[in-house]
Amino acid sequence: MTAVLENTTEAAQDGQAGAVASFEVTLKIRRYNPEVSEEAVWEEHTVTAHGTDRVLDALHKIKWELDGSLTFRRSCAHGVCGSDAMRINGRNRLACKTLLKDVNPDKPITVEPIKGLPVVKDLVVDMEPFFASYREIMPFLITSGNEPSRENIQSQADRDRFDDTTKCILCAACTSSCPVFWTDGQYFGPAAIVNAHRFIFDSRDEGATQRLEILNDKEGVWRCRTTFNCTEACPRGIEVTKAIQEVKRAMITRAF
Amino acid sequence: MSTQTAIPTPRSPYARRKTTRGNYELYSWVFMRASGVLLVVLVFGHLFVNLMVGDGVKAIDFAFVGGKWASPFWQMWDLAMLWLAMIHGTNGVRTIINDYAERDVTRGILKSLLLVAFTFTVVLGTLVIFTFDPCPTDAPAELLASFCTA
Repeated sequence: MTAVLENTTEAAQDGQAGAVASFEVTLKIRRYNPEVSEEAVWEEHTVTAHGTDRVLDALHKIKWELDGSLTFRRSCAHGVCGSDAMRINGRNRLACKTLLKDVNPDKPITVEPIKGLPVVKDLVVDMEPFFASYREIMPFLITSGNEPSRENIQSQADRDRFDDTTKCILCAACTSSCPVFWTDGQYFGPAAIVNAHRFIFDSRDEGATQRLEILNDKEGVWRCRTTFNCTEACPRGIEVTKAIQEVKRAMITRAF
Repeated sequence: MSTQTAIPTPRSPYARRKTTRGNYELYSWVFMRASGVLLVVLVFGHLFVNLMVGDGVKAIDFAFVGGKWASPFWQMWDLAMLWLAMIHGTNGVRTIINDYAERDVTRGILKSLLLVAFTFTVVLGTLVIFTFDPCPTDAPAELLASFCTA
């Protein structure tokens, strides 16, 4: 999708050729500060934004110009670091990849922390349970034998086998959109399975059996109900549910 | 006076409590697929034979069921249908309980109730299929079906 400049007539009237149209946008943000109150509250702020602005830009404007206490994570601000996953208008997205004009700025845009993880403050959640699952599946290359003395070569076809799951940026948008994870947080979650998939199907890796054993758990892949929430939430477009199904299939072919 | 707030450490209930590795859920997953396919054949076969073949739905009465259960083939068919449907359905409800109950105590209670209902239905159903006698010898005559006296 390409960003199309709207209200060009307005810009022309201003006499500024190429000026970006601006509009008022209201953000309805879920605020939580345990030092003030145990209850989270909705707070609305209206800022002036441009057609090219993302939700993150509006949040920046609020933090920098209106309310410095607003707390959220962001690092690269360009959809690579995976810090600013949040629930925008009821869907998990990266604030830095979501254009305001794509989430209907005519109405207040709701911004909440991602669900299923303990909220620390405002939009910041405790990611530790998420990373604990990630560590459990051993997200590193496992090989045997001597240290290689030359490049470990892989065919293009072998590389393509797991290409999709290498795109994960660990933003937790998928895991925190999963209704099974919401229940009690015991499920490994889609992100851990995606990152296991990345190594299980890597021809250079020898730890597939161990990883399959780890995920062949009551809280592992078998709790997936294929609701596709994760695939819809993934800001990187990874086919998460498909990856989970491939791990299931690998387990079944191994067992029978 | 510490600056620590009163909220309990939020991560404790979220850490995975224990490792529960094993093939149990794998076999359960495979069973759901296999029994589902079998049940489609069994259920639609049952419906076709009962409702479409011969006189169709008008033929169903006490004698029809009695006649069917006189044949070991239909006994086995109905037994397979009963067991597969009950295990399939119970396993499905077990999954739903696991997904929706948030506390282990709630889970335990609901699953115990489920197991009791499952056992009762399967035992009773199996008993009926194998011990069904349309014309019990010591029953009063007015309670017997008309074809028994013939």
